[in-house]
Amino acid sequence: MRTRTLSLLALSIALLAGCEETSRQKITITGSSTIAPLIAEIAKRYEARHPDIRIDVQTGGSSRGINDPVKGLADVGMSSRALRASESDGRVTHVLARDGVAFIVHASNPISELTDEQILGIFTGKFDNWEQVGGNDGAITSANRANGRSELELMMKFYELHPEDFQVDLISGENQHGIKTVAGDPNAITYMSIGASEFDIANGVPIKLLPLRGVPASSKSVASEQFPLSRPLILITTPEPLPHVSDFIEFARSESVHDLIRQQSYVPLQ
Amino acid sequence: MSRFSKDWYLVWGLRACAFVAGAITLLIAIFIVAESLPALRHVGVARFFTDSSWQPNEYADRGTFNLVPMLAGTLFIMTGSVALATPFGIAAALFCRYYAPSAIARIYRRFLELLAGIPSVVFGFWGLVVVVPIINQIHPPGQSVLAAILILGLMILPTIALMADAALANVPADYHRAAASLGLSQWATIRGVILPSAKSGLFTGVILQSGRAIGETLAVLMVAGNIPKIPTSLFEPARTLTANIALEMAYALGDHRSGLFVTGLLLFIIIVSLVACAEWISKGRIYG
Repeated sequence: MRTRTLSLLALSIALLAGCEETSRQKITITGSSTIAPLIAEIAKRYEARHPDIRIDVQTGGSSRGINDPVKGLADVGMSSRALRASESDGRVTHVLARDGVAFIVHASNPISELTDEQILGIFTGKFDNWEQVGGNDGAITSANRANGRSELELMMKFYELHPEDFQVDLISGENQHGIKTVAGDPNAITYMSIGASEFDIANGVPIKLLPLRGVPASSKSVASEQFPLSRPLILITTPEPLPHVSDFIEFARSESVHDLIRQQSYVPLQ
Repeated sequence: MSRFSKDWYLVWGLRACAFVAGAITLLIAIFIVAESLPALRHVGVARFFTDSSWQPNEYADRGTFNLVPMLAGTLFIMTGSVALATPFGIAAALFCRYYAPSAIARIYRRFLELLAGIPSVVFGFWGLVVVVPIINQIHPPGQSVLAAILILGLMILPTIALMADAALANVPADYHRAAASLGLSQWATIRGVILPSAKSGLFTGVILQSGRAIGETLAVLMVAGNIPKIPTSLFEPARTLTANIALEMAYALGDHRSGLFVTGLLLFIIIVSLVACAEWISKGRIYG
């Protein structure tokens, strides 16, 4: 009885070891946690089409994504910021998509645009009534986004804010949480991925996107790099990546993943 | 073969299952402690209670790590929701067991079970789009301690009612008959005989539901406003320990991430004390 169990066990281990031996090519991708969920989805689709490739996605911040490929620690790096001049050596960048963030208010709010000073005043607690920024009388409900979210990071960098500068009424997490918060409160304001907002506006959710510095907030102005509060999502490789790595990059930049990019509320390149 | 009788397989099968269940709890505890250690070492235990605010950072010396607001938020919301749901829950159970005709009681019990089975995200969503805008009209911003108490109270109400119902069912039928033969009215019987003898069961139910109220994450996160400050009124937002973890875990690195595990550790300690309390009470010590 026991010997049989043991031999079965040994057999299965041998079979498992056999699986390991078949040479599957591996692609290691590291870096920005903003891009990681999107790349993981793209990788899943790529693996389904190329059963001999295995893709490993790890997060660790844009800096890691920029440095790992050069150090040979990863095949592809992910960065949610453009590279600095000092970082261009020995790297090739491939723009995957763009991420744009705009301010949203309730559809019934008469405000049609806010200046940078007004936005800063609202989120740092200087203005607490819409009258102070040219709207109707009503206490402003300012909603910030949770610590570490890419929208918050982008907005803090853009306005050179620090976490302790914020004086807000609420903090929301997921995109839908923020959108429902604004849709349910005529005096609320928050900032939101433009892709996610456009999708909900098209579905009749009563919110509106405010233009920023005169540029309308839309996927179009994000894709054309005109919208100020936006950034590229970049993949980084060495100048001569292995053929299967180039093939994956090509796939990630092709139209066959545009639906995945939109699903994550980013804007694909046209 | 004879050594391995069917009983032998059953006993060892059960022992293995029990071992796995116990080991998982233990492993989770070890995992939480291990993940908390970097923050406990770099930040120190004291700073989690004395720092000026919660502005965590990947590096311990660049952030602040005060968990007291989340602890206060959790305790306020838990106490409020349990205080709200307990009278309604026990009243529902009393109605169901002693006042409702049996056909209605059966349907009523099914309704309670149905209510208990609604996923928490549905409660949270309903709270965010229906309850919060109403509170907002009374006193902005709407997402507040009050909203969280209402939603959470509604969520634990059916389970409190069902557990109270089970506790009442455990009261020997003789007690009821004896009270009736003494000529006591229905209400006097309930007040003087049934409730005192079901007390420990009722308390255990309430304490276990407090544990559930503390652990509830998503619904509370959606309606509580999540500002890491100690709330000073029912209309102010608050952040719970669970919401703190859920909001930030996906993006946290280094000591910030580890600090979130400290949040989990704190939660774990509260739940363990509650379960210990429930255990102590259910042993009948409530009388002595």
